[in-house]
Amino acid sequence: MASAISSSMNLKPATLTRIDELITHYPVKRSAVLMLLHAIQEDVGFISNEAIEWVAAKLELQPINVYEVVTFYPMFRQKPIGRRHIKVCRTLSCALLGGYKTCATFEQEFNTHRGEISPDGEVTIEFVECLASCGTAPVVMIDDDLHENVDGAKAKKLSDQIKAEASARR
Amino acid sequence: MIAPPKPDLVTVNIDGKEIAVPKGTNAIEAARLVGVDVPYYCYHPKLTIVGNCRMCLIEIGMPAVDPATKAPIMDPATGKQKINWIPRPQIGCATNASPGLHIRTQTPQIKDCREGVMEFLLVNHPLDCPICDQAGECKLQEQSTGYGRGYSRYIEQKNVKPKRTQLGPRVMLDDERCILCSRCIRFSKEIAKDDVLGFIDRGSYSTLTCYPGKKLENNYSLNTVDICPVGALTSTDFRFKMRVWFLKQTNSIDTESSVGANTVVWSREGQIYRITPRQNDGVNDTWMADSGRELYKQVKADTRLVSTTLDGRAAPLDAALKAAADLLAAGSVAVVGSGRSSVEEQFLTKKLAAALKAPAYLVSRVGEGDQLLISADKNPNIRGALVTGLIATLPAAKLAELAAHIDAGRIKTVVSVGEDLAVAGLTAAQLAKVAVVYLGTHANATSAAARVVIPTLTVFEKGGTFVNQQFRLQKFAKAVPGPAGATDDLAVLAKLAKVAATDLASVWTLLAAEVPALGTMSFANIPDTGLLLDATPFAGLPFVEGESLHYQPAAKVAATA
Repeated sequence: MASAISSSMNLKPATLTRIDELITHYPVKRSAVLMLLHAIQEDVGFISNEAIEWVAAKLELQPINVYEVVTFYPMFRQKPIGRRHIKVCRTLSCALLGGYKTCATFEQEFNTHRGEISPDGEVTIEFVECLASCGTAPVVMIDDDLHENVDGAKAKKLSDQIKAEASARR
Repeated sequence: MIAPPKPDLVTVNIDGKEIAVPKGTNAIEAARLVGVDVPYYCYHPKLTIVGNCRMCLIEIGMPAVDPATKAPIMDPATGKQKINWIPRPQIGCATNASPGLHIRTQTPQIKDCREGVMEFLLVNHPLDCPICDQAGECKLQEQSTGYGRGYSRYIEQKNVKPKRTQLGPRVMLDDERCILCSRCIRFSKEIAKDDVLGFIDRGSYSTLTCYPGKKLENNYSLNTVDICPVGALTSTDFRFKMRVWFLKQTNSIDTESSVGANTVVWSREGQIYRITPRQNDGVNDTWMADSGRELYKQVKADTRLVSTTLDGRAAPLDAALKAAADLLAAGSVAVVGSGRSSVEEQFLTKKLAAALKAPAYLVSRVGEGDQLLISADKNPNIRGALVTGLIATLPAAKLAELAAHIDAGRIKTVVSVGEDLAVAGLTAAQLAKVAVVYLGTHANATSAAARVVIPTLTVFEKGGTFVNQQFRLQKFAKAVPGPAGATDDLAVLAKLAKVAATDLASVWTLLAAEVPALGTMSFANIPDTGLLLDATPFAGLPFVEGESLHYQPAAKVAATA
């Protein structure tokens, strides 16, 4: 768990190359701020104050300008999350077909609450708005993978899978 | 004098009234010229336009022309050219005057718009006007009376936000009161060049804040309090001290440097509560430095001189003046005037020196300028001394020549008009060798060593004029009465110089007669925004000021011309 919550920003060399390349996409440097933040979040998992200041210096802005952007968009995280991000849809179709129950199952399985890092550091569970798969509600995204028709039983199965992978890693 | 180029005028029609305004004038300013009030919050004439409060909504239209022939389309009902009104309202602050622009501000649609905007602004605004410092000078308060609907339909819970955030040493923020106009953010970024403020989070939770770990602590932070249209930003110094409607406003001048920012002194019953900037587009726009706002504290300082003393003992003014006159009559006198004195006082100081055939000195104070509203010359009125002829060259920081004279025994008496001679380079031994007549406001080494001490008035307790770095003659007025025991500098100087003029009006009669540069003027005729004097006689002097707001050093002007 401690490895994920590292305050120092160790960007991968590939990310740094990508950032330098991203800046060239825009006529003015500051326009690249969103893309840089995405790149950093993808790499490190969240946007620390250090990252904000780094981006500001990189784009010749003041930190407050970047901070405004980070706090405006709910999908930029200022705190680290678990190894996997479980996003449970709670918009109408999913809510009607048991999205809340699905979420509760995940919470029980990992002994955690929404928005927190589970005690084993494996997951963070969150509600999200429509994932555009209303026909197969309730749906869940685990990192970049969409899982359809996730009722209580399937939620349990997915949780077991994650736990199995985790113990295999140990 | 070269006439300024004629601005490109265009005619616009506002609520049926035609007016010619410079091209590009925005609708709010154009309407102001015909006496039509367009309410606004986020717009500020000296800041960029963002258009985020939506309060200045107006209807605009352009005269109709046939698309093919460009011929005007006439309205048969009125016989005039038809106006194509844009059906949706537009924001006035970002609507610039163009030929034939028609504006309506009083239609039912605009009334609805204003009521709607007001209603949304008030949704999360706390109803704490009774304890709010801004009450009485609050745009939200005024405009909800003028343009609001008069009652609330809102029954839900209001948002809760931080109530007391200390943004910096002098500025306190109440986030609940903030209407997110962003004036303070734009000021910090554009004028103070210290971009630390911003809105974080989104929607109803938007909150004004500093970047974590930073503070709004630049020397211009209190201007954000001035321009805050609501009570969100308040001055920690003025907060909870006094209701603004009880305060008397007196025009004054900031004395901290030769910029001479125009100010308003707010006082009640002889006590000053705050100093705010006064708009002068030729000098300080609508801004002033924080440091200048604290100068009123010198009025009630513990070190204030309040009794006339003779040889260290309290004495009546008459006795002190008599003793001073005797000292002066004995000869071997030097006069140390001050760049902090008003033009009138410097003139009388010159008369005094001339009557005694005594040399006159001044003390310079050079510090750092900030390229905005504080210049390198910390004396507010060096140029006044030049204009009145008290001095002919720029003074030095130390009175080396005077010190030499004292050492040689050529000077036996020194009259100091508010200058601390110890700071100006005279040693204690030198001070002890001469009899000092000290006219001043606060106790210091010189007043302690002086034979005669006559307490005088601070800039807030008298009227007069200063000449700033642009050679702009600017007047200040008396805000509060001086303390018991203090005498007007003019009266004391006139007595010592044996001049009959002891008040401003009579000194100005003399000034006009004897100083050619002020020949056509009287104190009453100086406009509130000041009067530019001819600077050419002093063009060769090496003034210390660098570039600042509305000021270019003469050398730089010459280089670019």
